[in-house]
Amino acid sequence: MALEKDKSLLGWIDERFPLTSFWNEHLAKYYAPKNFNFLYFFGSLALLVLVNQIVTGIFLAMNYKPDASLAFDSIEYIMRDVNWGWLIRYMHSTGSSAFFIVVYLHMFRALFYGSFKKPRELVWLFGMVIFLLLMAEAFMGYLLPWGQMSFWGAQVIISLFGAIPVIGEDLAQLIRGDYVVADATLNRFFAFHVIAIPLALLGLVVLHLAALHTVGSSNPDGIEIKKNKDENGIPRDGIPLHPYYTVKDLFAVSVFLTVFALIVFYMPEFGGYFLEHANFEPADPLRTPEHIAPVWYFTPFYSVLRAVPDKLGGVIAMGSAVAVLFALPWLDRGEVKSIRYRGDLFKIALVLFVISFIGLGILGTRPVTPTSTILARLFSLLYFAFFLSLPFLSRLEKTKPVPERLGHSIIPLAEREGWHWRWIRNGLAWLQTTPIYRCLQSQCWQCIEIIKKNCCKTKP
Amino acid sequence: MNDNCVDASKRWFLTKAATMAGAAGAIFAATPFISSMQPSVKAQAAGAPVEVDISKLEPGQLIRVMWRGKPVWILKRTPEALKTLSQLDSKLRDPQSKESQQPQSASNEYRAIKPEIFVALGVCTHLGCAPTYRPEVAPADLGPEWLGGFFCPCHGSRFDLAGRVYKGVPAPTNLDIPPYHYLSETQLLIGENA
Amino acid sequence: MKILFAIVILGLTFCAQASEGALPLAEAEVDVFDLPSVHRGAAYFADYCMGCHTIKHLRYSRLAKDLKLTEAELRRDVLGEGGKFHDSLLSALDREDALKWFAVAPPDLSLIARARGADWLYSYLKGFYADSTRGTGVNNAVFKDVAMPNVFWELQGLQKPVFKKHDGSEVLVGLELAGEGKMSPQQFDRAMLDLVNFLVYAAEPGQFDRLRLGKYVVFALLFLSVILYKLKKAYWTDIH
Repeated sequence: MALEKDKSLLGWIDERFPLTSFWNEHLAKYYAPKNFNFLYFFGSLALLVLVNQIVTGIFLAMNYKPDASLAFDSIEYIMRDVNWGWLIRYMHSTGSSAFFIVVYLHMFRALFYGSFKKPRELVWLFGMVIFLLLMAEAFMGYLLPWGQMSFWGAQVIISLFGAIPVIGEDLAQLIRGDYVVADATLNRFFAFHVIAIPLALLGLVVLHLAALHTVGSSNPDGIEIKKNKDENGIPRDGIPLHPYYTVKDLFAVSVFLTVFALIVFYMPEFGGYFLEHANFEPADPLRTPEHIAPVWYFTPFYSVLRAVPDKLGGVIAMGSAVAVLFALPWLDRGEVKSIRYRGDLFKIALVLFVISFIGLGILGTRPVTPTSTILARLFSLLYFAFFLSLPFLSRLEKTKPVPERLGHSIIPLAEREGWHWRWIRNGLAWLQTTPIYRCLQSQCWQCIEIIKKNCCKTKP
Repeated sequence: MNDNCVDASKRWFLTKAATMAGAAGAIFAATPFISSMQPSVKAQAAGAPVEVDISKLEPGQLIRVMWRGKPVWILKRTPEALKTLSQLDSKLRDPQSKESQQPQSASNEYRAIKPEIFVALGVCTHLGCAPTYRPEVAPADLGPEWLGGFFCPCHGSRFDLAGRVYKGVPAPTNLDIPPYHYLSETQLLIGENA
Repeated sequence: MKILFAIVILGLTFCAQASEGALPLAEAEVDVFDLPSVHRGAAYFADYCMGCHTIKHLRYSRLAKDLKLTEAELRRDVLGEGGKFHDSLLSALDREDALKWFAVAPPDLSLIARARGADWLYSYLKGFYADSTRGTGVNNAVFKDVAMPNVFWELQGLQKPVFKKHDGSEVLVGLELAGEGKMSPQQFDRAMLDLVNFLVYAAEPGQFDRLRLGKYVVFALLFLSVILYKLKKAYWTDIH
């Protein structure tokens, strides 16, 4: 038997390359906590979107021309004359927004369940560098269509570097390669966008995963499953990534792709958020669009910038808004990881943080008004207050005891504690007594019956 | 983790179903990408048929027009040149043009719709070089047996004035003749059969 | 908490009010699948717009294919006899001349519907009114001091502005027909809607394929999701 195995192709490969051991180490015998919930999908979805961006990007690069006089027209050439070019382009443009949706949720998950905490600080840091590179990638990619928004957005953002004392202006000029955003800028942004940053991104994804698989995945309970192993050295609460999480993630992938296809085919502009209206006009260095806003995924940070009534101060504030995230593992001193066992203080702070982040994002897409400036300042303060209060808050908060073994992936509503959950429970119970609910319920049952009938009809 | 029999067969079935559905999906998803590498509408439009006016063409004169980015020769052959064609059969690889590409209407001994007007793709069938037009008889460099024709400088392939390839040269087949037809006595449309 | 929510909502409503134009835009009921309408719009474009404007990213051959027209039909209504079938919709106007006459070059209209929106275009086309202070004799209710003359005045008739005093300054509140045109107001609205339909189509000819294909892709993916959900269920039966 052993002899036979050695003769097989796999054996031949394994003698020369660690295929089986790699497969086992990272998939078949990599033990992941068994209670991942939907928030844990976004890591693999981010990988999927990365692959989508690379593949569609390669095919776009075959027809795109990184030349200020040709770029805009070459995009329309792709949209109209290249076979299926419109689909490839929409997949790429929708993919960039999807990337940020997925990555923001992935980061929120880390915040929610304390995934960045010891011993996963490096996982978080590598992830933050990925986030930073992703912002650079998106920013440079956005210049390539050479529309009005591309041009003026780049002009504004590169000018921010000019705020840095002493070297600022020279640095901005170095980035542009000209005195304004021009052909040279477009050409180098193309080089960075298609080669330099994707290479760095792929490398960092490997580091991110290597660090994760060294320490093991966290979970919604924030318990280290490696601390409780059976006689074979396998974590009692762990299940092999393959096949359990591969099939689960595949399901998530197909749901994600369904939503993705709905956007690509039915609302690729997404109301001007994924593809901005002003970007359908070619770049004109003599005329600024009435209202410049970055693409939605930059708006929270852009709002912080606008909230500060000083050029250098704004740039510093915006930079710190990103930089402070790097320090998260050392700002949060609490031992307890998951929000499930943390105190009310942290929960309230997190809610305020999420509200301010989304609030900043919404404000950033709109023109400045006196009210919006006040709101942006309030939200900016809350944003920073969350991080700066974390060291104290995490020591002061009253945490709950953390259990030994893993629990539910999502705690059932009936078992949730706290006045707000009681309130929701009562509300839902009341809703079920209303006639509208019963009407809807009976309608649903009827629908299911009809579907069952029609589907079973074909069977003998 | 104790598998029972029912579970295993259900898993097996669903795994197969998912694999097949996924593979079908992957093929469908790959189609647009591969198709995008085909000539675009722009290239197709640029490759549309070309109209050529041949009213000013002198006997013995060759003009070149571009069609799909390739040179197309239009040569007005002299009566003397037409006579030479039938003398060459023994020296040619495929005198009847059985293996070469030409439209049905030009499948005759002159390889042309009208004998005096010869239309051909100016692309050597060997490796795609552009042969030169050498109408003169027995020049010093081509030898005493040369009765006029086309000579490819890249690898020495020789063709007669009907684009037929000589024996013993690298080019495997006669010069290709593109689809064409007459719009009027003096108007040619290259790129489309009648 | 509640105060915070109140602030957010207050802020959002305030922001929503911030964007207000001179006149509210009329709603264009665009339907690019109404091919006869797009066809009529293309004919209007060729007759009234193409003297100055181009649609350089749309080919006649593509237009014929998408509208299911033969080359002869397209030549009759849009292209004319002399033009090349594979060319794009270009104007006869020289760019230098245009700069001389209008001080600005008439923009290419390939993407105007995506840049401005159908409602804006519809309102703009209907929004010309007499203004003796302008060189062209007209002004526009949604695009103030536009350089373009009203090419449709013969069809529409002349419109006069209605002003109202507001805080000491004159504010445009509406337009009224002062002289009748060749078309009734309903006919003219229909014609402009056809033109807008055409421009919406021209801004993205791929939308036919996109909208037709979408449902198959979504249904296929839903089907795949169901299989994968069952697969997941089948594997996860032993996890407790």
